[in-house]
Amino acid sequence: MEENHKKAGGRLCCLCNRRRAALKRPKTLEQICRECFYEVFEEEIHQVIVENQLFKPSERIGIGASGGKDSTVLAYVLSELNRRHNYGLDLFLLSVDEGITGYRDDSLETVKRNEIQYGLPLKIVSYKDLYGWTMDEIVKMIGLKNNCTFCGVFRRQALDRGAALLKVDKLVTGHNADDIAETVLLNILRGDIARLSRCTSITTGEDGPIPRCKPFKYTYEKEIVIYPYDMLTYAYFKKLDYFSTECIYSPNAYRGFAREFIKDLERMRPRAILDIIKSGEDFRISMSTKMPEQGTCERCGYISSQKWCKACILLEGLNKGLPKLGIGRSRGLDNNHKKDVKQSNGTKNIEGKQCGSLDF
Amino acid sequence: MQLTLEFGGGLELLCDSVKIHNVNVSLKNEVDKLTMKDLLVWVRTNLIKERPEMFMKGDNVRPGVLVLVNDCDWELSGQLDTTLEDKDVVVFISTLHGG
Repeated sequence: MEENHKKAGGRLCCLCNRRRAALKRPKTLEQICRECFYEVFEEEIHQVIVENQLFKPSERIGIGASGGKDSTVLAYVLSELNRRHNYGLDLFLLSVDEGITGYRDDSLETVKRNEIQYGLPLKIVSYKDLYGWTMDEIVKMIGLKNNCTFCGVFRRQALDRGAALLKVDKLVTGHNADDIAETVLLNILRGDIARLSRCTSITTGEDGPIPRCKPFKYTYEKEIVIYPYDMLTYAYFKKLDYFSTECIYSPNAYRGFAREFIKDLERMRPRAILDIIKSGEDFRISMSTKMPEQGTCERCGYISSQKWCKACILLEGLNKGLPKLGIGRSRGLDNNHKKDVKQSNGTKNIEGKQCGSLDF
Repeated sequence: MQLTLEFGGGLELLCDSVKIHNVNVSLKNEVDKLTMKDLLVWVRTNLIKERPEMFMKGDNVRPGVLVLVNDCDWELSGQLDTTLEDKDVVVFISTLHGG
């Protein structure tokens, strides 16, 4: 161990003052050792859960699991904390099979291993079963443009339908601080006031059937990535198994730019990520802004601000051979400066990460 | 100089999907020490087979790529100025892939 840390200039961990520092925390700039890192990483998430009262004893919780790093670390940490602090939760893994050969089929194998590794029951819902179409089939029909819109809209609903099948009280997703900062920026860039005002909430959809929450809201991606990785050498038994290949259909360049911008800011000033989240939280929506009214889809009963929900519109387009239906903004040319945000509901997959992740 | 280089979080896809590379990096001359800055240039030339922009931006790694030198965050050892020694282990992990 001594040998391993020669590069750190022998600085000691500023928390325990005993072991050598191995990591600089982006959130606090503290230089801390591995042991203290695992402790503060897990403890902070516990504090977020307690302070925000994310769970109640005996609740059934579905963990949106994509097989990627965030949801894999979330599943692991949540099952640890549940045991350690006696949350009394029944945890389940819930995955969506979009039907993307060479991508989702492989990452689902990871989730199946997680099911065994963590002893959490797994439910997989597929686009094919729910909608009659796989993403492979959709892309074959519509090409590589707008395919992320279909995938994002369908995934959001698929998770809710899976949650209903599992009879869970709540869904948790692995969205981290970097994701949320990115979404705040995107919502500003797109003038999506409705989403801007809810994208920083740690719990959303409390008025709906299945609320969702984000225990990693304040957790930096850097720490999520290091958490399983460092253990490789330090404590092999904790090694987490996750899948990291980009979606083969993901051309979401706009989000990619926002992502890179956030990472550039982080390099200059790591606190920028938390500050963007703070800005998002503190935005006040002017009283004259018309907000979308929440109703239900006349066709399938899912929450919708319009007559039909976005998934039904997209599906109608696919089934009628008119895949452009429901794509793009339906508000048309906005010449009269109407503060109309109504049509922005579900028009785009702006809250999902570039790929592989789960929608808000 | 013998080094072990590891690529993770999707970066392995840029080098023939091989995660661990045991490599021999030769020094330019006897006096110079090998720094991370030198190693990045060497990696880009010798290991990265496609999309080098996913790995580097300018002469640094792309923001969002984590670097560990002997299991230690390179932000503690001077990032690009970190000097390397024989048998060091350098890990590059991308945080930019889907979660």
